[in-house]
Amino acid sequence: MEYLIIFISAIFVNNIVLSQFLGICPFLGVSKKVETAGGMAAAVAFVLTIATIVTFLIQKYLLDAYGLGYLQTITFILVIAGLVQMVEIVLKKVSPALYQALGVFLPLITTNCCVLGVAILVIQKDYDLLTGTVYAFSTALGFGLALILFAGMREHMSLVKIPKGMEGTPIALVTAGLLAMAFMGFSGIV
Amino acid sequence: MMSNKVKVLLNGIVTENPTFVLLLGMCPTLGTTSSAINGMGMGLATLFVLVCSNSVISLVKNLIPDMVRIPCYIVVIASFVTLLQMVMQAYLPDLYQSLGLFIPLIVVNCILLGRAESFASRNSVGLSALDGLGMGLGFTLALTLLGAVREFLGTGKIFNLTLMSEDYGMLLFVLAPGAFIALGYLIAIINRFNKA
Amino acid sequence: MKKLESSLLNMLFVLTFVTVIAVGLLAVVNEVTREPIAAAAMRTLNEALKQVVPAFTNNPVAEADTLENGFIVYPAMDGEQSVGTAVEATAMGFGGELRVLVGFDAAGNIYNYSLLAHAETPGLGSKADVWFKEGGRGSIIGKNPGAETLSVAKDGGTVDAITASTITSRAFLKAVNEAYQAYHGNVDAATGASSQATATQQSDAHTAASAQQH
Repeated sequence: MEYLIIFISAIFVNNIVLSQFLGICPFLGVSKKVETAGGMAAAVAFVLTIATIVTFLIQKYLLDAYGLGYLQTITFILVIAGLVQMVEIVLKKVSPALYQALGVFLPLITTNCCVLGVAILVIQKDYDLLTGTVYAFSTALGFGLALILFAGMREHMSLVKIPKGMEGTPIALVTAGLLAMAFMGFSGIV
Repeated sequence: MMSNKVKVLLNGIVTENPTFVLLLGMCPTLGTTSSAINGMGMGLATLFVLVCSNSVISLVKNLIPDMVRIPCYIVVIASFVTLLQMVMQAYLPDLYQSLGLFIPLIVVNCILLGRAESFASRNSVGLSALDGLGMGLGFTLALTLLGAVREFLGTGKIFNLTLMSEDYGMLLFVLAPGAFIALGYLIAIINRFNKA
Repeated sequence: MKKLESSLLNMLFVLTFVTVIAVGLLAVVNEVTREPIAAAAMRTLNEALKQVVPAFTNNPVAEADTLENGFIVYPAMDGEQSVGTAVEATAMGFGGELRVLVGFDAAGNIYNYSLLAHAETPGLGSKADVWFKEGGRGSIIGKNPGAETLSVAKDGGTVDAITASTITSRAFLKAVNEAYQAYHGNVDAATGASSQATATQQSDAHTAASAQQH
């Protein structure tokens, strides 16, 4: 039950993009087509979950154990950067098909703040490993949902005539605002 | 020479404003601007890290082999962010509380790595610091402006100064959707002026 | 100066060097700021304590007692006389964790409270910092959660919820009710009641509070 609440809350109620404002860059950057949005979402889900597990273990068994809490930011970002590289190399060897699908998105993920953000949030919220993993995975699903929905809306928007001043980023932001408003409707269900 | 320095400084504030023109660092831009003071705090925090990291990176640029430059830049940036985190916790605990997660997340703000890579690694220390200052000021201005707009529309106040009665506020603008919408319109308006 | 080449040795050396310097610098700053950080946290807590309980002469922070459920109980004494107790309680609010310091006078009535940390919506849930205080619409000052469990009017209670922020209000009152249970358990323990009874009482209260939440 507890996991279900975390799951629903992370996807709908406290959606990482639309209510926590993390991962906005890829949200605006790779949302022109549904297909690429899907690829990005899958890559993020993959890296986010693994990164959260690894950083959690590092925090508990390395930083906390030796009183090095102040090195959290620097360690986490290095671990995430290294991890992304490693995932890329391993994926290339083990599953070329998956690499083909996710490859181009992987390097972009290091600077996706939702990965570092979630890793820190899991520590701040004092979750245990399993809860943290569930939280990370659900957050990634929430990111994917927002990204794909948004890409769908933008695809439609490219077919209509938009007032000159609003073309491009402004209309995209306003659309994102409307989407965020729709997601506000979920608030209070958990 | 003088005009060159001014140009570098103005480049960040106007021509290549990181928020309105380059569209970098969107997460803190949207996440911390529920009031003008928060936006300004976040902007100044980023400004500090940007000036420090730009100067240091420019100083050591020749000592860093090309292939490991990104990890090195990240370490430099992350160190300054952690330093800032500790100092804020000690002397500005209230602001630290309200900015929360977005302070450590300065590390992944694309503005920092972007400027390190495209400016600091190619220019002298002085110019790099100036570029950091300009970009940081541009970012601070943008965040303060967005924060002020949202605070005014949302609660009828600016910098906590009440300008309209309490009942006037359109709370939506303080909430998440308002952040997107307000920024969208601001960019549209600024585009209009840039073209003119 | 010529740029260093990307040989393996160079790369390893530079990376290690940069990291060592960074870590060293941070360790120094950490040492320097540790005291001020602790002092700042202490100051905030002391300010809050002064607000929420009657004037005291002891040092409640030094005598604080952390309970199993994470609640912290600060006893306030004026000389030998107990004048009240402050309890730090947490509940899940709308935007995240809500940390409240609730002060009770010697009789167990709510003396005052202070919001220590919250992530509620600005302009809505964030109003909880004054809403439930003396003069606020939903004042809980002087009430005794032992006599009557506090709940919002929507749930059949007597407290006016914050306009458009029922969830925050519920979370806040849950924290206050649980704080009372913690306070109550603590007083019992002090007067010699068996800790067993206290434990059952606390878990009962917990079940009741969470049942009420749904």
